[in-house]
Amino acid sequence: MNTLLEVSGVSVSFDGFRAINNLSFRIASAEMRAIIGPNGAGKTTFMDIVTGKTKPDEGRILWGEKSVSLLGLSEARIAREGVGRKFQKPTVFEDQTVQENLLMALKNKRGPFSVLLYRAKNDDLARVEAFAEEIGLADALMRKSGELSHGQKQWLEIGMLLAQEPRLLLVDEPAAGMTPAEREHTTNILVEAAKTRAVVVVEHDMEFVRRLDCKVTVLHEGSVLAEGSLDHVTANKDVVDVYLGR
Amino acid sequence: MQNSFLARNPSTLIFLAALALFTIVVTLLSEGLGMGFVSTSFVKTLGKTLCLGLVAISMDLVWGYAGILSLGHFAFFGLGGYMIGMWLMYERTRDVVVSSLADAPIPASAQELNDAIATQIFGVVGSAEFPLIWAFSDSLVLQLALVVLVPGLLALAFGWLAFRSRVAGVYLSILTQAMTLALSLYLFQNDSGLRGNNGLSGLQNLPGLTDVPQALVSLWFLWGSALALGLGYVLAAWVVSGKFGSVLRGIRDDEARVRFLGYSVESYKLVLFTGTACMAGIAGALYYPQAGIINPAEIAPIASIYLAVWVAIGGRGRIYGAVIGAVFVSLLSSWFTGGRAPNIDLGFYTIQWVDWWLVVLGLSFVLVTLFAPKGIGGLFDLISSRIMPDRHGADLGPDDGALREREARE
Repeated sequence: MNTLLEVSGVSVSFDGFRAINNLSFRIASAEMRAIIGPNGAGKTTFMDIVTGKTKPDEGRILWGEKSVSLLGLSEARIAREGVGRKFQKPTVFEDQTVQENLLMALKNKRGPFSVLLYRAKNDDLARVEAFAEEIGLADALMRKSGELSHGQKQWLEIGMLLAQEPRLLLVDEPAAGMTPAEREHTTNILVEAAKTRAVVVVEHDMEFVRRLDCKVTVLHEGSVLAEGSLDHVTANKDVVDVYLGR
Repeated sequence: MQNSFLARNPSTLIFLAALALFTIVVTLLSEGLGMGFVSTSFVKTLGKTLCLGLVAISMDLVWGYAGILSLGHFAFFGLGGYMIGMWLMYERTRDVVVSSLADAPIPASAQELNDAIATQIFGVVGSAEFPLIWAFSDSLVLQLALVVLVPGLLALAFGWLAFRSRVAGVYLSILTQAMTLALSLYLFQNDSGLRGNNGLSGLQNLPGLTDVPQALVSLWFLWGSALALGLGYVLAAWVVSGKFGSVLRGIRDDEARVRFLGYSVESYKLVLFTGTACMAGIAGALYYPQAGIINPAEIAPIASIYLAVWVAIGGRGRIYGAVIGAVFVSLLSSWFTGGRAPNIDLGFYTIQWVDWWLVVLGLSFVLVTLFAPKGIGGLFDLISSRIMPDRHGADLGPDDGALREREARE
């Protein structure tokens, strides 16, 4: 198994509170993984650490075939390395059209000067349209994304994530606020993406996790409590105690 | 997106046409070339106002588009003025000194000439030597380069330090105020090399062109300022129309999100801050020859705050809004403070506008911020929606989640 991301022995504390405690985690370059855990288990902090928002106190984070350390890199640099993140609350640029949002996310050079001279070519516009098609916003390309409904913003953000063409997708509660049909669509998109890249889904909804049909990591108090198939972890007594039993 | 730049930005064309029309009308009515209805000093005021419009564009780019409330852009404006002022003052003094030494029985040596110029310029601060920073003052080309380079390098150094440490919001505003204050305090010193609080004067006289009447010179500068404003406008509109503009507005609305898309927010801010500083420097270099004098008081912290007020009143985030705000407020301001506005006698108290204008300005700033955040520029939205009503994309029902137009059509 070729590892894309390897997190080992990572700890971080905020004002003495150990949010992440000697956490180790690894994911292959084409794998789907669900992370579950009660509130405060450190799921979001884990994402913050991988994306460079939070610097861990100790531990290693290695990335890619060459095992580059992500520790000293800025958020933007890590994103350019191929880590894409979707936030729990949809954060799209509301003042701009769906097309502008997608164009900004589209994989292209990110430096200020190349962006300054960048003009969207038909090729790029076609790619944007294809992504918009996939997320059901093809008719809304010229609409300001602030006008979209909550569900549509979720979609737009998923579309932006795909347009970045990341090698690792970190997805925080993708199905929150979606209708059953939309959940199904989201599942399909994520499963499809996991064929070629690594996808980490943080989710509360067990039904959704079951449908993803993948390995599950249970976090508790900042470290891994159990790992395995959903049936395996739900049969684990510790897991039942801290999470499912509540 | 496939349309041409001008088709996507009709306001640019309208603005350029209005600017050209304004310049032609002022020229025709001027004393220099036209019918003489507009006095030379008013032509200068108008020319200066155009320069203020240009610096307002640079402010709008940093604040209105990228959300960086810089309260120090007048420092760059002033530095641009100082740089061109050094050449103007040096050359003109040289002309005067050369003609006065021409009658001497023995021709003056280069050293004597240099000393005489230095005494002439720096006598007022008790010095008779050229400071190091005047090294290039005899070269117009180099000083013109410095007009862009000095503000640009200062902005680059300041921005690199501030943005790299992720200073943002009100802390950045305070830092920029500190920068402009520090610079003005430094320049107030006699040994700063720029004549302390005397500043540089006589800048309205162009070296070698002393027989050209000021009426004509004022028109040249009006044209130059209009050209610079027009070019600056087109450049700014071009910069914000593409993906760069998208990223800037993204930074303004959600900086962290832009970072997670892989854009290095700090470099964008730095490029923008430095670029707009250069733009402000050019505006200053055109402004001060029309003002005739520059001194450190010009870059006092309050000047940069005025700049923010102009942009806020004119309308942030739209380039013509910034220009309109700068033109409108600064002309109104000079009307009120120039003693031309009639005082209002209330019987028990006489409102003297010279004193009360600042209160009015401050009040209107507060009112605009609270009740009309789009500023004067927002009026154009009303007009354009009258002409071309755009009612698409609105909710059809009163509730959240009611059918939207597209759904209803299906």
